[in-house]
Amino acid sequence: MLQLIDRRPNGRGKSAVNRERFLRRYKAQIQGAVKRMIGERRIADMEKGGEVRVPKKDISEPSFNFGTGGDREFVLPGNREYVTGDRIPRPEGSGSARGSGNEAGHGDSEDAFVFSLSREEFMRIFFDDLELPNLARTAIGRSERKKSVRAGFAKTGVPANLAIVRTLKQSVARRIALGGGLKREIRELEAAFVTAVAVGHAEEAARIFDELARLERRRGVHPFIDEPDLRYRNRVLRPEPIARAAMFCLMDVSASMDEDKKDLAKRFFTLLYLFLTRKYAEVDLVFVRHTDDAEEVDEDRFFHDTRSGGTVVLSALELAEQIRRERYASGWNVYAAQASDGDAFGADPARSARFLREQLLPAMRYYTYLELAASSTSERSSTLWAEYERVAEASRNFAMRRASEREQIYPVFRDLFKKETQ
Amino acid sequence: MSAISAISRGADWDFDLLERYDTEISRIARGHGLDTYPNQIEVITSEQMLDAYASSGLPVGYPHWSYGKEFIRNEQAYRRGMQGLAYEIVINSSPCIAYLMEENTIATQALVIAHASYGHNSFFKGNHLFRQWTAADAILDYLVFARRYVMQCEERHGATAVEEVLDACHALMPHGVDRYRRPAPLTLKAEAARLAEREAHRERQFNDLWRTVPEARAENKPEVNAAFPQDPQENVLYFVEKYSPRLEPWERELVRIVRKLAQYFYPQAQTKVMNEGWATFWHYTIMNQLHEERLVDDGFMLEFLKNHTNVIAQPGFDSPVYGGLNPYALGFAVFSDLKRICESPEAEDREWFPDIAGGDWNKVLDFAMRNFKDESFIAQYLSPRLMREFHLFALADHTNEDAIVVDSIHDDHGYRRVRKLLAQQHAQESRVPDVQVVRFDRDGDRSLTLRHQRRRGRPLTEAAGEVVKHLRRLWGFTVRLETWENDIRFSDVVECPA
Repeated sequence: MLQLIDRRPNGRGKSAVNRERFLRRYKAQIQGAVKRMIGERRIADMEKGGEVRVPKKDISEPSFNFGTGGDREFVLPGNREYVTGDRIPRPEGSGSARGSGNEAGHGDSEDAFVFSLSREEFMRIFFDDLELPNLARTAIGRSERKKSVRAGFAKTGVPANLAIVRTLKQSVARRIALGGGLKREIRELEAAFVTAVAVGHAEEAARIFDELARLERRRGVHPFIDEPDLRYRNRVLRPEPIARAAMFCLMDVSASMDEDKKDLAKRFFTLLYLFLTRKYAEVDLVFVRHTDDAEEVDEDRFFHDTRSGGTVVLSALELAEQIRRERYASGWNVYAAQASDGDAFGADPARSARFLREQLLPAMRYYTYLELAASSTSERSSTLWAEYERVAEASRNFAMRRASEREQIYPVFRDLFKKETQ
Repeated sequence: MSAISAISRGADWDFDLLERYDTEISRIARGHGLDTYPNQIEVITSEQMLDAYASSGLPVGYPHWSYGKEFIRNEQAYRRGMQGLAYEIVINSSPCIAYLMEENTIATQALVIAHASYGHNSFFKGNHLFRQWTAADAILDYLVFARRYVMQCEERHGATAVEEVLDACHALMPHGVDRYRRPAPLTLKAEAARLAEREAHRERQFNDLWRTVPEARAENKPEVNAAFPQDPQENVLYFVEKYSPRLEPWERELVRIVRKLAQYFYPQAQTKVMNEGWATFWHYTIMNQLHEERLVDDGFMLEFLKNHTNVIAQPGFDSPVYGGLNPYALGFAVFSDLKRICESPEAEDREWFPDIAGGDWNKVLDFAMRNFKDESFIAQYLSPRLMREFHLFALADHTNEDAIVVDSIHDDHGYRRVRKLLAQQHAQESRVPDVQVVRFDRDGDRSLTLRHQRRRGRPLTEAAGEVVKHLRRLWGFTVRLETWENDIRFSDVVECPA
């Protein structure tokens, strides 16, 4: 009668599709929640998943239900002191009387639906609708990398690749195949020998004994491991699409760039970095800072070390181009982000713009320029901005924006990388 | 000596053991006359249990975001340790499927087998509501069909369109059940026979005198009632499915699927106390008998008793962990009390339950299980003794009073009143407001009018407006919701124009 079924191997995740639907349906609310989280978080923590709060009333499923008010009676257990006719003051704050201790200990968790997003889900919502410019080109990009992958076993190879287990299997099989007949003969002769001895046929026994010795010798010549047994692990090279990118961070660190502006720049760079890591398996970071001349530094010094001096933008661009040629000449998707307060003097802006247009941009997937204005109200455009604007008109893979407040960084970033809609 | 014949020792379980326990439990259950569907026991992990929770325990369900929400809610609560998982889930189907969690010890597994596979199972098979409203051998196939159909619709018409229809249906789900069977449509033959019978009746009663009676003049004739439907319809989803002017055929089928599911769950909501009480009573009885027969050792019994007492705990209303009347506790108490009344009745019992006091408890319990629902079960069988044990008392919360008044308590004057109020509390009417379709303006603007029959001034929540919007989506034309009480229509009408 009883049927016992072990469902454990069936695996979990039957609800995954419904969970996915829930996330999709309340995308707007969840995005809002994620946005709030970003405001509260440090950039270092940005990549983790997290708990999302969505107002309960936004996701409630309505139905006809009794509201508060009207006359009603209800029965409760656990009466201790009440007798018929007692009057109990209504609990404060609620029209209906629950008459119970239910209100305690719930607090504000009642009006928010809280759940956690995994890191992937978080990042997907975070970067939702953003598209990496010119990604199409990268996807088709020349496949110069080859990866060595396992491909079964081969009969030839170098000793280092010897597959021992496989070889022994072969050897066992061969020995069984070759030795089977002999073994049977030996068994039969042994039986005959015993009979001969028992009967007393001395001659016969001696002949069988010799024969047995001959067969035993023959059996002995089957080697334990023979040349045909050997098997080697086989590997073949398979071409792989390039999935690596280099990201150049260029920043003006002259005295006019204060800590606030650097913080803005850092946020911008971090966002770009996170974004690139989602698209590419491998992302190299290059930090180039400049005053009146440029140098390559590590991340820490890039953001925190102060230097004094003038401003020559061109120096940074030239250094970036030099590094690109040396290290990332081919097989890399190169992106660059430049942050500056826009101060530049003399012929520098015009020369920088020309260098950018003629040398750098053709080799780049995308180049973004972020101008860190003192305040959003100042409409005064810098000379660098004016020059770059002309570059922007001429090239597709160049974009520029201005930001002055922390909150603006994310919108600016979104704006720069939003999906191109027809 | 006691442990020599025990089926198992220790906490671990394996499939052979489960089968041996099932054999013994089955023997005892049959001995008490429990009639069940065949059993199917499935062992699952806690993650799978969470999955099963989200779909109301059903093994197959159509995809919908609300199940995702439910899943996330449960998962979150479970992860934070705010909520434990049930030991089992049982599905009213034939064979009756019970899920056992792999984390359970053998004592718990045996308890669950007795509880679900024999307690609930026999209730599903015996109780009149389940017999009337659910087809246990067809439900699994129907679920598979529903899932496939919904997914096909999503492919053809887009997930958003399907979701909109399902959302609307879910909002009306409590109003998508028949509470009384519709008469089966007559066959052509039966119809003809009935006509012939009427004709014959008229011939027998023929009296030419009637012809001479003058007819009423035209203006005095009662107006032909053009209103449709003739009588208010309480199954709103059914009405939508049959008469909605705008629904596509596939949308109608979706409405039907949700309606069928609502109907399938309808008996469960009506018999929570009885169903759980019945299952709890039987696991308690069966486990004790196993122990008496020395088939389980004392360690097993102690663990069982711990679980059992957890299940039937009833904290008082002022306890911080109070969460309403525990259906397990109440149901178990009533069934156990019935058994006591049969076996050792006291004077009070003879006065209150003259029919059953001193009777055969197996028969009395079987009758109670088959023929009642929570409301009538409590009204019939809650004894004064139990009211005293639970310290039940009734409060009245009336708008014209500035305080809550203790209406009646567990004393001689209050027994009947408390019992009546508790029974009403478990009635369908006190959970689901009375909203019915009263008018479909077929020849006019095709608008649909619902009537909320308000009782004792209890209003609907504001969500009613949202529900009307959902209904408007299904109906396609104006939908309005009127509120009536004592034949007086209130002015606040929720209307959602076409």
